[in-house]
Amino acid sequence: MRRGIGLALSVGVLGFVVLLSLWVGTKNIPFTATWDLLLRDDGSGDAAIIRDVRVPRALLGVLVGAALGLAGALMQALTRNPLADPGLLGVNMGAAAAVVSAIAFFGVTSATGYVWFALAGAAVVSVAVYVLGSTGRGVVGPDRLVLSGAALGAVLYAFISAVLLLHAHTFHSFRFWNVGSLAGRTLEVVGQVAPFILPGILIAFLLAPSLNVLALGEHTGKALGANPNRTKGFGVLAITLLAGAGTAAAGPIGFVGLAVPQVARMIAGSDQRWVLSYSAVLAPVLLLGADVIGRVLIAPQEMEVGIITAFLGAPVFIALCRRRKPARL
Amino acid sequence: MKTIRTGPLSLRVSERAVLTCLAVAALTAVTAVTTMVTGDFPLTVGEVLSTFVGQGDGASEFVVLTLRLPRLLTGLLVGAALALSGAILQSLSRNPLASPDIIGFTQGSATGAIAVIVLFQGGMTAVATGSAVTGLLTSAAVYLLALKRGVQSSRLVLIGIGVSAMMLSVNSYLITRATLEGALAAQAWLVGGLNNRGWDHVRVIAAALAVLLPCALWLGRRLALLEMGDTAATGLGVDVERTRLALLAVAVGLAAVATAVAGPITFVALAAPQLARRLTGASGPGLAAAALVGGLLLVVGDLAVQRLFPTTPLPVGIATGAIGGLYLVWLLATEWRKGSTR
Repeated sequence: MRRGIGLALSVGVLGFVVLLSLWVGTKNIPFTATWDLLLRDDGSGDAAIIRDVRVPRALLGVLVGAALGLAGALMQALTRNPLADPGLLGVNMGAAAAVVSAIAFFGVTSATGYVWFALAGAAVVSVAVYVLGSTGRGVVGPDRLVLSGAALGAVLYAFISAVLLLHAHTFHSFRFWNVGSLAGRTLEVVGQVAPFILPGILIAFLLAPSLNVLALGEHTGKALGANPNRTKGFGVLAITLLAGAGTAAAGPIGFVGLAVPQVARMIAGSDQRWVLSYSAVLAPVLLLGADVIGRVLIAPQEMEVGIITAFLGAPVFIALCRRRKPARL
Repeated sequence: MKTIRTGPLSLRVSERAVLTCLAVAALTAVTAVTTMVTGDFPLTVGEVLSTFVGQGDGASEFVVLTLRLPRLLTGLLVGAALALSGAILQSLSRNPLASPDIIGFTQGSATGAIAVIVLFQGGMTAVATGSAVTGLLTSAAVYLLALKRGVQSSRLVLIGIGVSAMMLSVNSYLITRATLEGALAAQAWLVGGLNNRGWDHVRVIAAALAVLLPCALWLGRRLALLEMGDTAATGLGVDVERTRLALLAVAVGLAAVATAVAGPITFVALAAPQLARRLTGASGPGLAAAALVGGLLLVVGDLAVQRLFPTTPLPVGIATGAIGGLYLVWLLATEWRKGSTR
């Protein structure tokens, strides 16, 4: 009951943040006018700003935030490691390696152009990590996936660094993608990633009961009739869809997937159905809230959302870790 | 396992661990010789040896004593220091992913270095000092924030993640706001390298290891007890909090000196202990083996970047990432195919 009220409150906060994100910006538009222009397009410049710039940005913030939060929660549940984030599966490194190649070797320069490369890179690398992490007989322990991801990640990091140091102009474009930002994304980007994120969300929630069984350990889970390897396979599929599409749309924003599931567990305990629900709602609150703050902090310039999420989210996270006993995975 | 007894002292030694350490040391020696004799100015082993005893001509003296030897020694010692630091932290946190970044060290030291490079255009010494100072401060902050009637490993790791993320965001901010040259210099530092390292660097890292290595090995015995869990270790007579603080201090000190000398060379601290643990088949921390593997990894990596890309001075971190990563992938794959459950 308490968890239900908390979740309803969180949804309310998310709604508030979405409204803020439509209203606040470099161009000062009154609140009531914002509302009117949202409902009917009067052809003015203000209408264009709200309908073509702020609406896609808010939509993308909610989608990407939910995707990163869920992917992080799934990753931590699958590996039972609080250090795990979707990046460990090689998603970020795969996407980054593909984006670096796109800039250096194919001359791609726009956010819309990066999306397909990033998606493909994330998918290829996370499949490679999964295959490596589940070779061999017997039940696959969680450490294998983590170590495989770290090992392949190091190889990709070496590749990325080498290309960046050899091609200075690539580094110039890449460093802005690499921070993570929602700025300058159009409805087209939303359309590109939504077909990946929405099925990912569905799979994540369908997996929740099996994740609860898996939390008892591979062997106990198996004895209780769960199929750990199938759960893992679908989990990896969902993480790839969610984090791959999220990273493709907004760049690697690591902190959301890492911290939000921890907070969700502190609030909701260890039942994955609640952890996933809270993660899906709280992550967009953090991402979109940080995006709004980034717009007003050094106006008329903008601070990238990737910088703000960590800088403002981390102190809250640290305070929570100090107050509460970390929930067990 | 063999037990050696001399009078009141007895020592348990694993034969496989000793053999592995000897093999790693031999490989390191082979790599070192190769590094000394090959390159733009090829020498024979005899010429190198006669240069050591002061019999070489001017050119070979410059190549051997000023260029190759200090760089080789720096690499060897930095690798050992990073690997030791990683081994201690992985064992303390009981997490195979742990490396000096879990206590905020890596990101914290990067903040200092990038700030010096980007904001003040500082030289090599200023960058090294900046990185060591901010790294140590960040780690101290993480420890103090995690301190609350003792430090639990899980809380330390989580707070380390939070602080690291904060520092990372500062680093990203500095890199995106810097000029392209400043950002490139910062990126090169972030990968870590051994270009232009001289005797000053060798002296710093050697002095640090001379103090910290014995401390690490001495505390290593209690580290094995800590791995059983805080309660069991307390029951066996270990002062858990004090031992943990001492081990953290040693690990951070090693990482700080290594980073100040060569930058945060990627992946050595994470991979070397894992490789050592898998090669020796040991269940405990295995600090000596980790240090040897770390040294080897860095020396091989540096040889690779020097000989494969002689024209562009790529940082050694690229090679350690690629070689260490691929080797770990191969090792994991073969081990797991055999059906080991670890």
